Amino acid sequence: MPLRAKVASSVSRTAAALSRAAGRGDGSVIGGWIGLKIDPDLLVHLSAGRAIALVSGTNGKTTTTRLATAAVGVLGRVATNSFGANMPTGHTSALAKAGSTPYAVLEVDEHYLAQVLEATEPHVVALLNLSRDQLDRAKEVAMMAQLWRAALVQHPDVRVVANADDPMVVWAATPPADPARGHIPPHVTWFSAGQRWHDDSWVCPECGSTIERSGEQWRCTGCPLRRPEPQWTVEDDGVLDPTGAWHKVQLQLPGKVNLGNAATALAVAAEFGVRPVDAVSRLGTVSSVAGRYAQVDRDGRNIRLLLAKNPASWLEAFDMADEAPTLLSINARDPDGLDTSWLFDVDFAPLRGRQVLITGDRAYDLAVRLDVNGVPFQHVRTFDDAIRAVPPGRLEVIANYTAFQDIRAELDRVN
Amino acid sequence: MSTESLRIVWIYPDLLSTYGDRGNMLILARRAQLRGMPVEVLEVRSDQRLPATADIYLIGGGEDGPQALGAQRLLADGGLHRAVAQGSVVFGVCAGYQLLGSSFFAKGTKCAGLELLDLSSDRGPARAVGELAGEVDPRLGIPALSGFENHGGRTHLGPGVSPLARVTTGVGNDGATEGAWRGKLLGTYSHGPALARNPALADLLLRWATGVHQLPALDDTWAERLRSERRAAVAAAARA
Repeated sequence: MPLRAKVASSVSRTAAALSRAAGRGDGSVIGGWIGLKIDPDLLVHLSAGRAIALVSGTNGKTTTTRLATAAVGVLGRVATNSFGANMPTGHTSALAKAGSTPYAVLEVDEHYLAQVLEATEPHVVALLNLSRDQLDRAKEVAMMAQLWRAALVQHPDVRVVANADDPMVVWAATPPADPARGHIPPHVTWFSAGQRWHDDSWVCPECGSTIERSGEQWRCTGCPLRRPEPQWTVEDDGVLDPTGAWHKVQLQLPGKVNLGNAATALAVAAEFGVRPVDAVSRLGTVSSVAGRYAQVDRDGRNIRLLLAKNPASWLEAFDMADEAPTLLSINARDPDGLDTSWLFDVDFAPLRGRQVLITGDRAYDLAVRLDVNGVPFQHVRTFDDAIRAVPPGRLEVIANYTAFQDIRAELDRVN
Repeated sequence: MSTESLRIVWIYPDLLSTYGDRGNMLILARRAQLRGMPVEVLEVRSDQRLPATADIYLIGGGEDGPQALGAQRLLADGGLHRAVAQGSVVFGVCAGYQLLGSSFFAKGTKCAGLELLDLSSDRGPARAVGELAGEVDPRLGIPALSGFENHGGRTHLGPGVSPLARVTTGVGNDGATEGAWRGKLLGTYSHGPALARNPALADLLLRWATGVHQLPALDDTWAERLRSERRAAVAAAARA
């Protein structure tokens, strides 16, 4: 590593430690920010010599990154950005902090995939899904798929692990070959993680025709785009690998969506030569992910935290949550997106029959939504009021990003 | 109103549903049902024929490609034009508002609209994203419009339509006026579930559709709290 990069890396680690000591954050961004100021190529230098996997998509990337890190750990030490700091500053901090490791698994914000592909030259990139998320500033879904596609054309050597159930991802992962310009399509391994949310992929990104669905199959009615045959699938409470062998997966994380994330993690690890039979037990060691799924006992209530940031992830959260009193908290600050329109893309009917409490900056938007949905609810001002309003036992908390962080802070930044 | 029940059609949810547009259909149906009206709700996909006999037609927002495709299919289908000729109510939001006019821009190309409203849209200098508020045309007799906008277009009104509102916050059509209406056709840049924050606008559409001039009042406590919370937030942002 050049001297400038060594200095930058060391300063980056110190700044992160100071930020943590000062209680200003978990240090996962500030260190990288300072390091990149000193050496703009720091991420390139820190990536050199490591076998790297990138994980990107609208939903599930933090959890899948954690599971893939556990799986790749079969082979040796793995650096990762486990606090969900998923932009280049976060990657820089994570790699600087980890020191020299043979492997790294990095979660990447979908907007930054092209940039991080360029800087880290990964061995494999996992593409999970694309759906509407914070639309007032994020790229619309079709544009995001186009950006991914263009980025992959520039990196024909990267191995791709992609979700066969999401037409937008399949299209992004299969750019056309252009031998004259040296563009060959990337090698893709397909997984099927299931997809509850279909409302962003009714129109073919290739030709604009309608996409037809029948069971788990989908195909474009106007061009050859269709669901590829997946090599990795979820079956019952386990994962089928490409050889047809079935592996029981015992997770501490709830929900079918996390079985899908486990299948993806095993597929990513397999790209490094990890056999699923060796990795599968390690997936069960993951108990919570940056506060997501964490359980905290307070005043006789067992509080479980679920993060839901957009319509697709709310559907998954309802599936994960127990039939128990449920607190919903909604903010619309910068990291959440300022627009709450998406609340009407979520059907809250699964909550009927549960005691529902609402809070957060934008509780009234949620109140109007639940009213129209015929879901009775009670508005509470604070998290403590919510705890007092429910009987002892399980309290499920489903919150969007900054609302989730607020509640996590109330619970002493539980991880 | 058609004989047995209030028929609400949501046009092309497969193409034009990007921002919680389903909300407008759910809100209209709910507010009609709470008044004891039987309601029939139809979601018509872009590969299906559009029935011409419904009472209210809803068109939502969408990305450029789906917007252009939606306009083409509506022009080819002709059902919406027949419905308008028979006096049906049409409520268009964002991309769905633009395509009611004579032309709009999608992916850099000028596209033909439905020519149901005397207006045309082109590209603005910058995307308009944020809170949108305005004083509604007094002839409509409803309180201020409250919404959120997210669009790159600017809309120019011809003499055949009236602005829905005079902008007090945000951009709307051009920074001065927002939305447009004529007869029982109404469009707005207040996107997605625009009726969630504007229950009086929802009731205006229901009155137009049913011909009932006085609808029984509903408990709008939460919508009113939401409106005043948004008013306060907009005022606070203006002071900052």
